[in-house]
Amino acid sequence: MAQPKQTVMHPYIPNMIPEVQRQMLDEIGVERIEDLYRIIPDELKLNEKMNLPPALSELELRRHVQKLLNRNQSTQDMPSFLGAGCWPHFIPAICDEINQRSEFVTAYAGEPYEDHGRFQALFEYQSLVAELVDMDVVNVPTFDWAQAASTSLRMAARMTGRTEVLLAGTLDKDKLKIIVNYITPDLTYQMVDFHHESGELSLQDLRGKMTGNTAAVYFENPSFLGTIEPMGQQIADIAHEAGAICVVGVDPISLGVLKPPSQYGADIVCGDLQPLGMHMNYGGGQAGFIATRDEEKYVMEYPSRLFGIAPTIVEGEYGFGDVAYDRTSFHDREKGKESVGTQTALWGITAGVYLALLGPNGMGELGQTIMQKSQYAAKLLGQIEGVTIRLQSPFFKEFVADFTQSGLSAADVLKQLRAAGIQGGRDLSSDFPELGESMLLCVTEVHAQEEIEQLAAALERICSRGMEGAECR
Amino acid sequence: MKRIVREHKVRNFHQAKWDEPVIFELHKPGERGVEAPKAESAIEAAVGAGVSSIPDSMKRQQLPALPEIGQAKVLRHYLRLSQETLGSDFNVEIGQGTCTMKYIPRVNEMMIRTPKMMDLHPLQHEDDVQGILEVYHSLDLAMREISGMDRFSFQPSSGTQALLTMASIVRAYHESRGEGEQRNEIITTMFSHPSQAATAVVKGYKIITVMPDADGFPDIQQLKRAVSRRTAGFVVANPEDTGIFNPRIREFTDIVHAAGGICYYDQANANGLLGVTRAKEAGFDMCFFNLHKTFAAPHMCGGPATGALGVVEALAPFLPGPLVSRNGDRYELEEPGDLSIGKVRSFHGVAQTVLRSYAWVRSLGAEGLLNVARVAVLNNNYLYHKILQIPGASAPYIQGNRLEQVRYSWQKMTEDTGVTTEDVTRRMCDFGLHYWTSHHPYVVPQPFTLEPTESYSKEDLDEYIQALAQISQEAYSQPETVKNAPTRSTVHRIDDSSFDDPAEWCITWRAYLKKTATSQDRQQ
Repeated sequence: MAQPKQTVMHPYIPNMIPEVQRQMLDEIGVERIEDLYRIIPDELKLNEKMNLPPALSELELRRHVQKLLNRNQSTQDMPSFLGAGCWPHFIPAICDEINQRSEFVTAYAGEPYEDHGRFQALFEYQSLVAELVDMDVVNVPTFDWAQAASTSLRMAARMTGRTEVLLAGTLDKDKLKIIVNYITPDLTYQMVDFHHESGELSLQDLRGKMTGNTAAVYFENPSFLGTIEPMGQQIADIAHEAGAICVVGVDPISLGVLKPPSQYGADIVCGDLQPLGMHMNYGGGQAGFIATRDEEKYVMEYPSRLFGIAPTIVEGEYGFGDVAYDRTSFHDREKGKESVGTQTALWGITAGVYLALLGPNGMGELGQTIMQKSQYAAKLLGQIEGVTIRLQSPFFKEFVADFTQSGLSAADVLKQLRAAGIQGGRDLSSDFPELGESMLLCVTEVHAQEEIEQLAAALERICSRGMEGAECR
Repeated sequence: MKRIVREHKVRNFHQAKWDEPVIFELHKPGERGVEAPKAESAIEAAVGAGVSSIPDSMKRQQLPALPEIGQAKVLRHYLRLSQETLGSDFNVEIGQGTCTMKYIPRVNEMMIRTPKMMDLHPLQHEDDVQGILEVYHSLDLAMREISGMDRFSFQPSSGTQALLTMASIVRAYHESRGEGEQRNEIITTMFSHPSQAATAVVKGYKIITVMPDADGFPDIQQLKRAVSRRTAGFVVANPEDTGIFNPRIREFTDIVHAAGGICYYDQANANGLLGVTRAKEAGFDMCFFNLHKTFAAPHMCGGPATGALGVVEALAPFLPGPLVSRNGDRYELEEPGDLSIGKVRSFHGVAQTVLRSYAWVRSLGAEGLLNVARVAVLNNNYLYHKILQIPGASAPYIQGNRLEQVRYSWQKMTEDTGVTTEDVTRRMCDFGLHYWTSHHPYVVPQPFTLEPTESYSKEDLDEYIQALAQISQEAYSQPETVKNAPTRSTVHRIDDSSFDDPAEWCITWRAYLKKTATSQDRQQ
């Protein structure tokens, strides 16, 4: 096998001192480190040095990484109106202060004794999100919204013994890919149409697709296309009449102003915690939550950890621990519910910090600010010749702008916006061709009035040039 | 003054104990943690209240019952909870075997905290994210070298999600060949992580579990009996969670390949193997590494994380997308074709963790990685040698050296004294140390699993050994000390009787208030 040429101390590897290694080898009773590898047959050993770039010192590494990252233009470098599942929001400084604490960054799977604080912080996160969604059970978070939705659907299927799920047609196509991979082969799915004028789910199509094998109906509110679904109760009623479970996906930052789905018939609520204090991190800030009522039949179907509060042998002392641990794959391997493992606990703690900081009034006011700013943007854009704001339902923080009338494709518009120093929204033209040359624009509390106006002015220029071009053609 | 004598054999430790209330108890009506941003007055003038557009059916009637707490109080509360958490930075974290709790370089944590990383949107134009795309591609190249695989995806965001992805690829591969229905079994082994079996079930597979033979190797005769035309795949760790490397692994993969199955490798236990032996030569078609284990990304209380998934050329079309590829000097996001399983996680996985691990690989180079492996194995065998000298401790199965970890047993101590491995877990807290038993079921009786990694010095290891030796001594002389532990931790023994009782369990504060309400509370 390959052997290091010489001993150079590395700051991350203390036991490279030759005398120490000698002492340890003597204790073990072998001559060389290679002897410890004797069990690996020669034909499996790599007999050459790996071809990797040379090691860098800490200073060299910093220079190298900084140079690489400087090639990125972040959303701080230019206004960006991208959302579509990962959204720019205000992050209170305390959120970063807490989630950068060395104790939380480097803890993992400790017991409720040495990690009392981790258990309490996650119990508190569960409890805070529970108030937001108005339900009594919330899980230790999973990977992302798509995973939370996928697991919610599998929970519903196990509870009903049925194998088909109905999914709203407004779903993000990337999220759909994740759900489809996760639920097959056990479950099948059908998409439910939505009204292309309003964005509402088609109740007629939903009724037509409900069968005795429908385990769950899944829709989102606000939808991926930004609209607020007014018929939540009716959708839940249709699901319940057929003995199916109503699963609703929600953007938690909307719940200061929007009714929580549990109040219009949702049995399982899921969503992404990223808006609640997580930086976008190129998509690394996502974390999925699931919430239900406190009923055994629901609780026992969660694959996730669920932390509970309990007394200790000392009067007046809080303890915490795992509720119904035996249902998990940690305990029961393939007989557990789906699987559990490392997911996104630190983002759960952060979401708890965020909600504790914002409080009830903060969440209400924030929801209002977001709606005002996004409506302002839609209003300005709607006044531009060549731009049509699609979907008449009220929206929360994202809306669909259609550029068909301008004679330009959504891709063209994005390209020209970028040339003007603006990152536009997400192009919807291939995933939702029924919406024409559209893009999904996201406006939140972080967008200053000037940035919104800058977007509108740029689009006005782009569209008027586009319309001139169209006339020439 | 007189010299201060310090002769404790074990650390005279006490964990922080703040007796902190649950956050709802800090509620003080009117206080505020932070101001919510407001819309500019011109915007307000133009659109009004904004929320008036919400249809009545969707208006929230009552604000969420969140607590109202001043900012300093929120900060203090969470800082106290952090102090009541024993991160790996604070202890000789060798007790969480299988999880490779190594040193987390601070420079990596520092480097990810820049707007150039934190404020990147995953759907930004490729030209604006060339830096992070280059990081993905460069780590892919390094991983190929380390494993012998041909292409990596960093989308799976944990080992479990990587296993789910691999089971999905197994299914898609056989379906593409018209054998999806026929091949409905996945074979795993008893000493592998429970997620191997659990994720294969999610993808519709029947599980066959190969048990260990007398030496602790997966029983090759059982494998031979298990394979058939129904075999879709074989998933295994090597070394398994015992730290025993299976030298006949190539025979195993040959047996499965001969039956038409795919072999996929759980490399959660790879820390002793870097630069020593690879997935490719052992005959695997796929493998994954936990970046939060072997590649020094932090565990973050349990994620976010990354399961870096590598495959051979023939399976590359099945990977989830997009992948990052290099085209001249430009990096591009490559959308996969029709054979792809689609996606397993939104966007591109946990990018900041990919950056951390890239930085770690760059800080070590080929020689450094080999030293990581060699010292991890040296540390483990030193620890192993010393642990076996502690009365009541043993390491079942093959005698001789192990690689990077060992699953030990306190069976003798339990028989002699009644002190169990769970008791030891709680007693170790009293010395400021973390200790873990094993996944279930306990095939090794009264198990504990230690993995010292390369990060700890001989003196660090000696401290951990000394703590275990002291507990063994206590078990034999004053077992109540161990059974009643912890006494120097944040909390005392928890009464967990409510956790399995639906009428009693309380998973949120509101459920706790409801379930523990007195008749007086109810009247109020």
